[in-house]
Amino acid sequence: MRDTVTAPVISARDLNLTFQTADGPVHALKDVTLEIAKGEFVSFIGPSGCGKTTFLRVIADLEQPTSGTITVNGMSPEAARKARAYGYVFQAAGLYPWRTIAGNVKLPLEIMGYSKAEQAARVEKVLALVELENFARKFPWQLSGGMQQRASIARALAFDADILLMDEPFGALDEIVRDRLNEQLLALWARTQKTIGFVTHSIPEAVYLSTKIVVMSPRPGRITDVIDSPLPRERPLEIRDSPEFIDIAHRVREGLRAGHLDD
Amino acid sequence: MRSILPVLSVTAALIVFWYAAVIPMNAQWAQDQARRAGTELSFAALVTDTMTQARPRLPAPHQVAQELWNSTVVEEMTGRRGFMNTGSLSNRSLIYHGWVTLSATLLGFAIGSALGIALAVGIVHNRAMDASVMPWAIASQTIPILAIAPMIIVVLNAIGITGLVPKAIISTYLSFFPVVVGMVKGLRAPDQMQLDLMKTYSASGGQVFAKLRWPSAMPYLFASLKVAIAAALVGAIVAELPTGASAGLGARLLSGSYFGQTLQIWAALFAAAILAASLVALIGMIQRVTLKRMGMGA
Repeated sequence: MRDTVTAPVISARDLNLTFQTADGPVHALKDVTLEIAKGEFVSFIGPSGCGKTTFLRVIADLEQPTSGTITVNGMSPEAARKARAYGYVFQAAGLYPWRTIAGNVKLPLEIMGYSKAEQAARVEKVLALVELENFARKFPWQLSGGMQQRASIARALAFDADILLMDEPFGALDEIVRDRLNEQLLALWARTQKTIGFVTHSIPEAVYLSTKIVVMSPRPGRITDVIDSPLPRERPLEIRDSPEFIDIAHRVREGLRAGHLDD
Repeated sequence: MRSILPVLSVTAALIVFWYAAVIPMNAQWAQDQARRAGTELSFAALVTDTMTQARPRLPAPHQVAQELWNSTVVEEMTGRRGFMNTGSLSNRSLIYHGWVTLSATLLGFAIGSALGIALAVGIVHNRAMDASVMPWAIASQTIPILAIAPMIIVVLNAIGITGLVPKAIISTYLSFFPVVVGMVKGLRAPDQMQLDLMKTYSASGGQVFAKLRWPSAMPYLFASLKVAIAAALVGAIVAELPTGASAGLGARLLSGSYFGQTLQIWAALFAAAILAASLVALIGMIQRVTLKRMGMGA
């Protein structure tokens, strides 16, 4: 009984992943050990090539580790994927141009075999969650980039996955849209109680969103610092001017710089 | 309206060029006739003569138009064997011959498209087929169709298959290829991210195909179908040549060349071109409607 309460949602131990490329082996992940508890918002931050996206993809069973162990909901990533334990949001919205917004959100539900009535109800619910209820019948090209990305988040939320994995979902959007989406994402996280893994290379974004910030560095990709944020869960945008926020941002920056010293 | 003007200008220029070519092409015959009659032709008389010969080397546009009209509408309305008199199409009308060729074209196109799609699905999903099928498909298209068509027809005749099917098979032979090439490209159009997304849903191979690969391939499918249907028509016409077939546009071309009936040849050529253009336009219409309904209409 005790195990089910305290067991981490994601637990990685001594994870290594080496890609064999034409230029020789690339050590994408080296000795990565990390635990993520239920309901946490964890950001992975670091420069390109630090393995943050690779780690997220290992959690999602899109890449296979070379050595080490990882469990998701106590299962192997493959079993977790087959149990549809997570929703994944990619850097690009990747909506199907031949489907309406509602049709896109419905896609995973069709694949997972939900009934027609259930599909309609869920689509309506999650579109309301990302404030796109009035755009259900529009096609993707009729929406702005930020709205498309919200639709892709709705698509990842449509089925009951407790884990949301997001790979630089706002990376291609401008600062103002990004602020707004960050705010909405926090509200959504508070409402849905999901565990979120979030890859970014924006320090303010990582600090603003996260309960835990994982700082990574490249060659080989490894974790250099794990920061538990002292910020409250309720976070207005103004919190970014508070001394606590600036302190954490400073520590993240130090961590990133330390990772680069051996370059 | 803006798009019709350039088309009309080009057509007008071609017709002017055609008329200009008619005079020197047919002048020799007119001069010979005049010399035999012991008369001298004025330039005006020469021009008139070159435009009105019964078997010109190069018929004038209005002669071809006249022949097209006579061998379709006039023949069926008033001809002894025409539709109005007998209730069935006249074997002297291009409507009859066009239909014979069209039926082989459509059958061959249907088989060719289905075969092309099936091969593309196999190539995309099966490593062995990916490595082995494409070289053969390409090799098949490097053999001149004129060389292989008689053999296919002779072989099929020997096993008792005659009529529509051998012609349709030659149409198939020409029309499957653009569909294979287009559909392999189309079914591979989804990028890695879209395939990864499907994997995160634990989608089955069939679901990935039905919900991602097939819809992604639609624009490619229609582009290749347009090429394929024109190729199928060429195949059906070529198939009518070596056997001395008695019906079909190919048969009209052949008998026209036997008897030096240049007007008949040109009318049959134009009938084939009009048929091909209509078929391609028809697919273009289906494409517009389909892609529009899919939200991809531009």
